[in-house]
Amino acid sequence: MATFKLTIVTAEREVFSEDVDSLVAPGIDGQLGILPNHAPLMTQLQPGEMTVRSDGDENVLVVTGGFLEVLNNQVTILADTAEMDVAIDLERAEEALKRASERVENRQSEVDLSRALQAFRRAQIRVGLARRRGRHSSTATPPVQRT
Amino acid sequence: MPSTQVLRRRIRSVANTAKITRAMQMIAASKMRRAQEMVVAGRPYSEHMNSVLSHLAALERGSEDTSVPLLDAREVKTTGIVLITPDRGLAGGLVTNLTRAVERTIKESETPVTLVAIGKKGRNFSVRTGNELKAVFDGIGDNPTVEDTRPISNLVIAEFESAGVDRVLLAYSRFVNTAVQAPTIDTLIPVEPAELTGNAAIGYIYEPGPVEVLEKLLPRYIEMEVYHAVLEAMASEHSARMVAMKNATDAANDLIDGLTLQLNKARQEAITSEMLDIVGGVEALA
Repeated sequence: MATFKLTIVTAEREVFSEDVDSLVAPGIDGQLGILPNHAPLMTQLQPGEMTVRSDGDENVLVVTGGFLEVLNNQVTILADTAEMDVAIDLERAEEALKRASERVENRQSEVDLSRALQAFRRAQIRVGLARRRGRHSSTATPPVQRT
Repeated sequence: MPSTQVLRRRIRSVANTAKITRAMQMIAASKMRRAQEMVVAGRPYSEHMNSVLSHLAALERGSEDTSVPLLDAREVKTTGIVLITPDRGLAGGLVTNLTRAVERTIKESETPVTLVAIGKKGRNFSVRTGNELKAVFDGIGDNPTVEDTRPISNLVIAEFESAGVDRVLLAYSRFVNTAVQAPTIDTLIPVEPAELTGNAAIGYIYEPGPVEVLEKLLPRYIEMEVYHAVLEAMASEHSARMVAMKNATDAANDLIDGLTLQLNKARQEAITSEMLDIVGGVEALA
């Protein structure tokens, strides 16, 4: 089966670089499905989840926005932040969300605010993901942990 | 000649200093390695960002009816400088070299200059030279993230867009290698995208549209540039400190060698004079 190369990078490090079968990403105008040999594309991403399929494995990543570029069967994602979804715990995610919203309200400086907002968005996505996962817990494939 | 006791005390004190500078050298070396790794880890992002930006900018230049503020070079009436320096000293000539370059730039620009200082040394410089100081960011630490540097880029973007400044320069010490840190002053805003190399622009599909993507991309680009400069400055700081501390340790060891020689001479002299005394005493008795 045809594959394409997916690279996810943030300003701090390279998060993911592998050959994959397909990708579903949260484009600014809606969900985007990318298969091999996609036409050159450049789009903005909104905060959300990204699903990567390769060899029957399914990985979910959480991104908080960024850009996606498709060129010559290579997909590059310039993510603001990106994390491999490693077993999200609903309770902990909800707690993090609460903490983050408190921090947004009690911020002391702009540094705090930008950080707290980031954390808040991340927590929101996590909680959403964990809730959905909880509903289909019997069918959800366990996430593959990668380092 | 100082007494043996005084010499011993001095040797001990210098040896203690050498121990401290050696420890600082080791710490700086390990921090430098980490900083270098961070610079390397951020490189793929900046490479991709640059190529995407070149494409978009080529497109923007092609069409005439659009104008993106952050790319627009206008007449420079005021200059903003983001000065990235360490918080701490004991890094040899690093800060002096950088501030000297900044001073020259300020003189040559012939415009009022507003400074944004990152690091205490930069703040001290701004205060000393009496330039307007817009903001100080210190305590960034040894492990900066993009979130740490985002307020800096947000501030300068806002300043530029509100016409508070007409261009923004980025002044930092670029890490060349362990021995060389080059004071560097780059233009941050207006952004000057690299020319497209090789074949012409690829017909991308842009979502929502090229101008929108460009407008969203530019702040990210500036953010990344600032973050990158902070990392470079950090690698420079630690390598400069490592070299300075190595020199200090070597100098202390040289000093110890000299003092030990003096001490031995003084001791021998004391023994000789004591023996002369004894011999003199024996002769007097005989």
